[in-house]
Amino acid sequence: MAAAHTDFWELERRNRRETALLVLVFIALFTTLGFGLDFRFGDLAIVGGSLTGFPMLTLIALGFGIFQSLLSYYGGTALVLASVQARELEPDTPQHQMVLDVVHEMALAARMPVPKAYLMNDPSPNAFATGRDPNHSVVCVTQGLIDTMDREEVQGVLGHEMAHVRDYDIRTMMMIAVLVAGIAMLADFVYRSMWYTGGVGGGERRSSSRDNDNNSGNAGALIGVLVIVLAVLAPFFAQLLAMAVSREREYLADAASVEFTRNPRALLRALERIAQTESPLRNASRGTAHMFIVNPLQGARDDNEGFLANLFSTHPPLGRRIERLRALLNETGGEALPPDGAAAAPAPRG
Amino acid sequence: MSGLLVVLIIVIVAVGWAVLGYNSLVRLRNQVQNAWRQIDVQLRRRHDLIPNLVEAVKGYMQFERDTLTQVVEARAKAISAPDQASRMAAENQITGGLGRLLAVMENYPQLKSDQNVLKLQEELTTTENQIAFSRQAYNDSVMQLNTRIESFPTNLIANNFGFKQAEYFQGAPEDQAVPKVDLSMGGGAPQTPPPPRV
Repeated sequence: MAAAHTDFWELERRNRRETALLVLVFIALFTTLGFGLDFRFGDLAIVGGSLTGFPMLTLIALGFGIFQSLLSYYGGTALVLASVQARELEPDTPQHQMVLDVVHEMALAARMPVPKAYLMNDPSPNAFATGRDPNHSVVCVTQGLIDTMDREEVQGVLGHEMAHVRDYDIRTMMMIAVLVAGIAMLADFVYRSMWYTGGVGGGERRSSSRDNDNNSGNAGALIGVLVIVLAVLAPFFAQLLAMAVSREREYLADAASVEFTRNPRALLRALERIAQTESPLRNASRGTAHMFIVNPLQGARDDNEGFLANLFSTHPPLGRRIERLRALLNETGGEALPPDGAAAAPAPRG
Repeated sequence: MSGLLVVLIIVIVAVGWAVLGYNSLVRLRNQVQNAWRQIDVQLRRRHDLIPNLVEAVKGYMQFERDTLTQVVEARAKAISAPDQASRMAAENQITGGLGRLLAVMENYPQLKSDQNVLKLQEELTTTENQIAFSRQAYNDSVMQLNTRIESFPTNLIANNFGFKQAEYFQGAPEDQAVPKVDLSMGGGAPQTPPPPRV
């Protein structure tokens, strides 16, 4: 999707549109499966040409997903920081002071409150942001990032993280998690119901007063089959959709990083430097991987450009991200756009 | 009867849209004002830093005494400036002086081995960056407000309630004279060649 005359504003608009579309598809998938279930096994019915009944199963699945997410919503930040053994940055230590300063600068550029900054003791250069809203956000960098990147590159990375804060990406992904968990639960309902009612057929219903409507013969059987098919496919598609949303948000954060720094070269150099280092993160897990600026897990190297490998990845391929940034850089004639004559000095190497 | 209902719905929707539009204009205008004040906050922060900075630099760079004097004088002018124009001129002079100091620091390798000098360099860099980014944030806020004021249908509300477009912050010509030195050491093409060694 490389476009000729694109600036970061246009990239951001495009990414936001695509995210909205994906979320709509998500909601449609969830609702279809849920209502199908309530139709077949629950109270939903079509009586006299209009929809009646209470979509109990849909709402239970939704409630389940929401409950799970509320736990991480409120307790999430502390848990995450503890799981990576993060510690606060110390002002007046030169390396740390530089990071604190850059966080401050990016918060100014993003017109956001300044998040608290933490440090992870890991040699691999990486960073993440988390928090339910901009007033409760934190960013965390690895020791490896501070050791290998200069000031300009750190600006690019932290700009990307501020973008996640500003655009409520953490909250978006939690919402997606609600839908994914809900869809999984609905699919589970189907399996259990099949088990107990002994098959898909059209007739096994408790209340016979509605036999004339949705459960007589062919209509009931057809809906039953559709529900089964959906139950099998939906969790799979839900996962794909979640990954697609995650990748869109990553592209959006890259474009927003350029919006903040007005310097495509900053993030470009940072990503190129990360591409050169091989080591995976020690403290990352499947649950936390999606938050990092580059996928930190071993063997999930974002340079796999194969179609299938990409589908299940939380992050777009590094090569693709670098390409887009290079296109932005060439748009500005290969020069970094100056924000009123700011200087980007190198980090004092410790 | 149903005709009346339709009219009622249309009126409710129109009023609702007008309220939302008005509130968004208020929000954006306040953001612009806040962003403008933020620039001032950053400039004052620099005023407060300068005395200590100058003290620290004096020991290392006697040869830059002229620049230091210029910065101190410009600061005094900025603090006591009677109007916006002379204030801005003074601030630009400070920017120029500090920028020169930063550039000079790069040309004396023996300075870089000193932790205090490095700390100073970082303070100067972040101060100038914070001022620059707060100006950028102001211009971005202005852009958002102006776009909303000009767009249909919000422009109808804007004109009726007296929302005016805000002015962008313009850098002064002196700003452009600050040497843009590529200070990154991790690869990438330098933007301008470093000044010749003294």
